[in-house]
Amino acid sequence: MSTTTEKKPRLTTSAMIASIAGEGQRVKAAPFGKALVELAQERKDIVGLTADLAKYTDLHLFAQAQPERFFQMGMAEQLLMAAAGGMAKEGFVPFATTYAVFGTRRAYDFVHQVIAEENLNVKMCCALPGLTTGYGPSHQATEDLALMRGIPGLTIVDPCDALDTEQAVPQIAAHQGPVYMRLLRGNVPLVLDEYDYKFELGKAKVLRGGRDVLVISSGFMTMRSLEVADQLKADNVDVAVLHVPTIKPLDEQTILAEVARPGRLVVVAENHSVVGGLGEAVAGLLLRSGTVPKAFRQVALPDAFLDAGALPTLHERYGISASAMSQQIKSWL
Amino acid sequence: MSDVSKLQECAYRIRRYALRMGEVQGQGYIGQALGWADVLAVAYGHAMSYRPEDPKWEGRDRFLLSHGHYAIAFYAALIEAKIIPEEELETYGSDDSRLPMSGMATYTPGMEMSGGSLGQGLPIAVGMALGLRLKGNPAFVYNSMSDGELDEGSTWEAAMGAAHHGLSNLICLVDINNQQADGPSGKVMGFEPLADKWASFGWHVQRVNGNDLPAVVAAFDAARNLKEAKPRVILFDTLMGKGVPFLETRDKNHFIRVDPPEWQQALSILDQSQA
Repeated sequence: MSTTTEKKPRLTTSAMIASIAGEGQRVKAAPFGKALVELAQERKDIVGLTADLAKYTDLHLFAQAQPERFFQMGMAEQLLMAAAGGMAKEGFVPFATTYAVFGTRRAYDFVHQVIAEENLNVKMCCALPGLTTGYGPSHQATEDLALMRGIPGLTIVDPCDALDTEQAVPQIAAHQGPVYMRLLRGNVPLVLDEYDYKFELGKAKVLRGGRDVLVISSGFMTMRSLEVADQLKADNVDVAVLHVPTIKPLDEQTILAEVARPGRLVVVAENHSVVGGLGEAVAGLLLRSGTVPKAFRQVALPDAFLDAGALPTLHERYGISASAMSQQIKSWL
Repeated sequence: MSDVSKLQECAYRIRRYALRMGEVQGQGYIGQALGWADVLAVAYGHAMSYRPEDPKWEGRDRFLLSHGHYAIAFYAALIEAKIIPEEELETYGSDDSRLPMSGMATYTPGMEMSGGSLGQGLPIAVGMALGLRLKGNPAFVYNSMSDGELDEGSTWEAAMGAAHHGLSNLICLVDINNQQADGPSGKVMGFEPLADKWASFGWHVQRVNGNDLPAVVAAFDAARNLKEAKPRVILFDTLMGKGVPFLETRDKNHFIRVDPPEWQQALSILDQSQA
């Protein structure tokens, strides 16, 4: 044993305001907040509500731009969702923000009964989806998609980056009915501008083709999947990436058409528990339609209460970093 | 100004419609309906603006039935208000009826919310009141709720929110019949001193006998005419089964037991007391 202690740089727990952007990555600040401010200039029916998290959901920009249309509901998520429903009943298009854990787990019955059962026009935009904070299970919404997928008539959006987010805002506002959008806030990576891509609500898009592996992904796992595709080129593994930013309703036609192309390992990659998210949605679709890929695998968070810690450490530990995902895919080939 | 004898007739008809619906199903929350009939009569016969032929009229006062199981009482009030036709009460609780056992906005004209998951009416009312104020619409939002809903945290989230936002267009009507599923409300979860609680949350509070029509009228008028920028609550002490003595004195339960021949007996007693 060496007597000199070599100090490794210690990663610290990511703050809630931490960005998921890697070092040196191109980012855009507050794409959701800015897009909403822009849209609210022309759409006078848009109102914003939050439960003591305007600053941490980028809704403070809307509050500054449209103070009369911004409503602080305090740290009261049941009130937040029900009052948003009430405003929708009066003809407004409320954007309600909080963290995903509180918007789903805490306010679930209010989303279900007040908003969804009456098909009210509320847009729930909830930050810290999946594993995007190191605060532990209290703040990690690793099962939000599973919960929200169970609600009839609810549209669910899981954007990849800043471009996806800012393009989604006017489209979810234009959609008649309730929407749950997983919100990336702060300095959000910008990736999809390098592809021939536009966000279209309800559509899955092939970002790149590939003969060996088809990755079907949503959220920032699409960004990871694109990195993985680049990394695996060196191993002569050709990876296609199908981005599915709308989790519900699922673009079944596009997914089935891609999976039906023979000879590819199908991997569903998501920033969510292995239970009840995009992976199981796709698996169910494939089984029901009798579309059988060469093999089917999931890159997802384990069905467990996750650790606290630094995000890069946790993403590596739970297999949703680009390097962990690359290794995993190679092991499956 | 509506006179009290007209409202008394109105309350009598609401009780009658409710008993007839109870007879259709052989069950129902008839104790609550009879107890709440006077408040509903004053709401629809005196206080509220609405157009029977256009239940979604933008200028209407909104009435939220948070306690969805009071639907039997509320349908009776909607019939009295001529928003739904009297003959439809024969369908109460039947398949494909517009009058399900628990009230839902998607089923019934004049029903403003899907109640039943208790404690949701008041926070919805907060959003509607904010929306009306933002539109410059002077309508009131009434939230009708049971004393059992005082147990729900969301009621108090909304109570704080309504006061914080100074919602003077919000009037909450609480039925204190002191009965919930597991027994007397005060024993299930003590809520007194209730007037002090609401007052400390920043509300204008009145507590009256909810079966004393002149008092109910006065309370509605005071709540509507108050100039202070604060939400208003009226706590109504009511008697379950009111108007049918053998039900008033029967052992109280969430459901009052009514044997098949008793529906007709109840109707006759009600009719006699009216005549």
